[in-house]
Amino acid sequence: MPSTVTPKRHARRALTGLVVIILLGLGLNSIGVFTSTASTFAGKAESLLPKLGLDLAGGTQIILAATTENGGNPTADQLSQSVAIIRQRAAAGGSPDAQISTQGGRFINVSLPGTPSQATINSVREAARMDFRPVLLTDAAATASAGTGDKPYTPPASLGNTPSAKPTNGSDLSQVTPYLQNEFDNYRCAAENKPAQVKASVPLVTCDNTNTQKFLLGPVEVPGTGISGATAGLQTTSQGATTGTWVVNLTFNSTGTQQFAKISERLVGLQPPQNQFAILLDGKVISAPTMNAAITNGKAEISGSFTEDSSKELASQLKFGALPVNFTVQSQNTISATLGSSQLLAGLIAGLIGLILVFVYAVFQYRLLASVVLASLGIGAVLTFIVLDFLSWREGYRLSLAGVTGIIVSIGITADSFIVYFERIRDELREGRSLEGAVETGWRRARRTVLASDAVNLLAAGVLFVLAVGDVQGFALTLGLSTLIDVLVVVLFTHPMLQLLARRPFFAEGHAFSGLDPRALGAVYRGRGQFRAPLAAGGREGRSVGEAQRRQTIAERKAADLGADTKGRS
Amino acid sequence: MAGGLTSFGNDLYTGARSIDFIKRRRVWYVVSGVAVVLALVLPLLVLPAFGHGFRFGIEFTGGSQFTVNGSTKDIQNTNLAKAAVQSVTGTEVEPGVAVVGTNGVRVQTTQLDTDGSTTRSDRVAAALGKAYDVPVPGNATRGVSSSFVGPTWGQDISAGAIRGLIIFLVLVAIVMAVYFRTWKMSVAGIVSLVHDLIITAGVYGIVGFEITPAAVIGFLTILGYSLYDTVVVFDKIRENTSQLSDRSTRTFAETVNLAVNQTLVRSINTSIVGLLPIASILFIGTTLLGAGTLRDISLALFIGIIVGTYSTIFVAAPLYTDLRSTEPAIKLQTRRVLDARRNQAVEAPVRA
Repeated sequence: MPSTVTPKRHARRALTGLVVIILLGLGLNSIGVFTSTASTFAGKAESLLPKLGLDLAGGTQIILAATTENGGNPTADQLSQSVAIIRQRAAAGGSPDAQISTQGGRFINVSLPGTPSQATINSVREAARMDFRPVLLTDAAATASAGTGDKPYTPPASLGNTPSAKPTNGSDLSQVTPYLQNEFDNYRCAAENKPAQVKASVPLVTCDNTNTQKFLLGPVEVPGTGISGATAGLQTTSQGATTGTWVVNLTFNSTGTQQFAKISERLVGLQPPQNQFAILLDGKVISAPTMNAAITNGKAEISGSFTEDSSKELASQLKFGALPVNFTVQSQNTISATLGSSQLLAGLIAGLIGLILVFVYAVFQYRLLASVVLASLGIGAVLTFIVLDFLSWREGYRLSLAGVTGIIVSIGITADSFIVYFERIRDELREGRSLEGAVETGWRRARRTVLASDAVNLLAAGVLFVLAVGDVQGFALTLGLSTLIDVLVVVLFTHPMLQLLARRPFFAEGHAFSGLDPRALGAVYRGRGQFRAPLAAGGREGRSVGEAQRRQTIAERKAADLGADTKGRS
Repeated sequence: MAGGLTSFGNDLYTGARSIDFIKRRRVWYVVSGVAVVLALVLPLLVLPAFGHGFRFGIEFTGGSQFTVNGSTKDIQNTNLAKAAVQSVTGTEVEPGVAVVGTNGVRVQTTQLDTDGSTTRSDRVAAALGKAYDVPVPGNATRGVSSSFVGPTWGQDISAGAIRGLIIFLVLVAIVMAVYFRTWKMSVAGIVSLVHDLIITAGVYGIVGFEITPAAVIGFLTILGYSLYDTVVVFDKIRENTSQLSDRSTRTFAETVNLAVNQTLVRSINTSIVGLLPIASILFIGTTLLGAGTLRDISLALFIGIIVGTYSTIFVAAPLYTDLRSTEPAIKLQTRRVLDARRNQAVEAPVRA
């Protein structure tokens, strides 16, 4: 019979498709495992699990609001520049795994995993600061010096720190006191962790941002606010022809022009390295060009061995100095690893209990069909795991407590698809259909409902995900994901399984424990073990009656039949 | 052999038993109306006079929260926490101290730092760590967790949530109107959704649960759940009423009522299955962890699912019936069915 072969073939095809999807997902994720940078086997195995968010793994989350100097909202460009700077600071403070993201147009969410030091936390939330200082001394940074460990160096207090004579200008070498000279000589870039903000009026010992060169610098002479813009471009000669070398063009505002003219007129006549000026971002030297000519028009050109990329990078860093953004801490949350792991554990226990309760209830309601519910939920769990794993690997997704809650909540919503479907099958059985027919007809009706209701759920999750911030987003993601997976599981697993099970005598004959016993469902009984034929027309109305009419209630139909009989007799 | 609910379901499906959800709709409207009014009036107007009403978490009001975990000191002695906090802030700050779980304490204060820094918060955390003999910040087994929330953060979350809510309502109204091919189902569905949200929020206000961002997540999930439930029942109503003709033996209202009855077992099963995992989160969240994300989300959902299931049956379906029954075609059909029924009753009195 072709009508029975088709569902079976369809079921097999669907189940094969599901297996292929799962295997593909697992295969894709295992690429992530093999290419993982972890050297040990345990490290590689760990990358198989989705990464945990801060509220589960412990750490510090800081939400910063960025405001421009006049109190307005920063542009997208400024915000992404701020993110880049905060990322640098976090990495410098020993948190290279920091998750930094922008939220809602003016918030920056900084997640520092583990237990970051107070200094790191402080440096992250400070405003970025750009300064120009004259160079007094410079030298290659010592790579490592013996015996002193990794502690920052402090010169002996006995050395004098008062200049021998009052310095005449910012480049005056009389500022180099024995104390500063000693600090400079012993300075090791790698060990130092200077606060991002240093006093502007005193000399400073620091390094460049790659820790290869150390500097002793005079006081700040041009603050970053003096910059009005910076661009990267190819150098042009006075005739307008390009020379093919990349340069950074820097322009100052009126105050900046005056300040820079002063420093430039002085520096151009000095000996190296005093003819250099250092551009500092967060207390680190990002560039220290030599002053080749006095620049009084506020337009400087920085040339050097720039590539296109490095010139653009410097230009964007300089622009940040021109556009200062202040950060205010909106929320700071330190979660100890204990609290995180106990929350994860509680979440998992709650999920497990919830799953067991759902299963027990399903057994009570659907007898052996409950095993299909459990298997479907299991397949759903596997698919959810694969997708979260993939997102964690490719998109840096972190599973948060809100996300875990979303998954647990979705157990109920997923199980509802099965309930809708099973109840429809039962309705069809009550109509007197055979199980195989009931599965097919019930599915056609249930599918519509499941898709429509899941679409509403997906819409809710989508809107929340796009518009919401923080935890709400994590919750919306897992909820939406579970809804999609629910559709996949019902179509590719639950329905095909029932198509196959409907052919088994245990279910087809309606065993009392199959959950699909027509007798228990009160199907229309027609004597001699025969149930009413499907779509019982037979009445006087014939086939022209519409679907709604055919689907009158069984009680009504009985009454109608009875009425017809009595009428016939009278 | 079948469970009680199965045979109950049989009776509902066959029509042997039918609950008059639609006929008594005036009663349900009054019940829901009173509930909505109470949910609005009590927490907003009456309870504030007694110092109760909506309580917002520090995420909305701004402030600091410290959680001590794994302390070996006497955590029942709240003076320990109070003394530690006031050693930094002075006596003008009155901290809220709550015992969490078996070895934890949660301390909440007003905003400690007003300059955007966290200097005083850090000192309070240190004082608490000393008082409870746990490290700051926490290590692998125990420690003090601190959170600081600026006064505008909660407003930003709420603004985002409300914007999301409005956009969602508009979108979902369009989707439902297109799917069901009638705007009346959209209206009925959204009215019942608003009903659910007001009552759930009202319960929070009346009982005095703290409204936190996690609770807001819970409220937002009710959006999805409430409409999901309504769509399932409406789909059955659409199916039953789609080919309602003059030859039908049932009026429009009776057809809707039958659909509600036929999906009643599903509604019960779904709400129980939906509630079971949430109840377990609620239970675990409350007993093991105390206040926190898990408890707040699940509490809102627990109330929301119960109210959502109720409102689909008692608000959305009756409202849809009322919206449609003014249509001339429906009125005509109803009259014909009732006429036919009267005639039949005269024709065959034996069956009565």
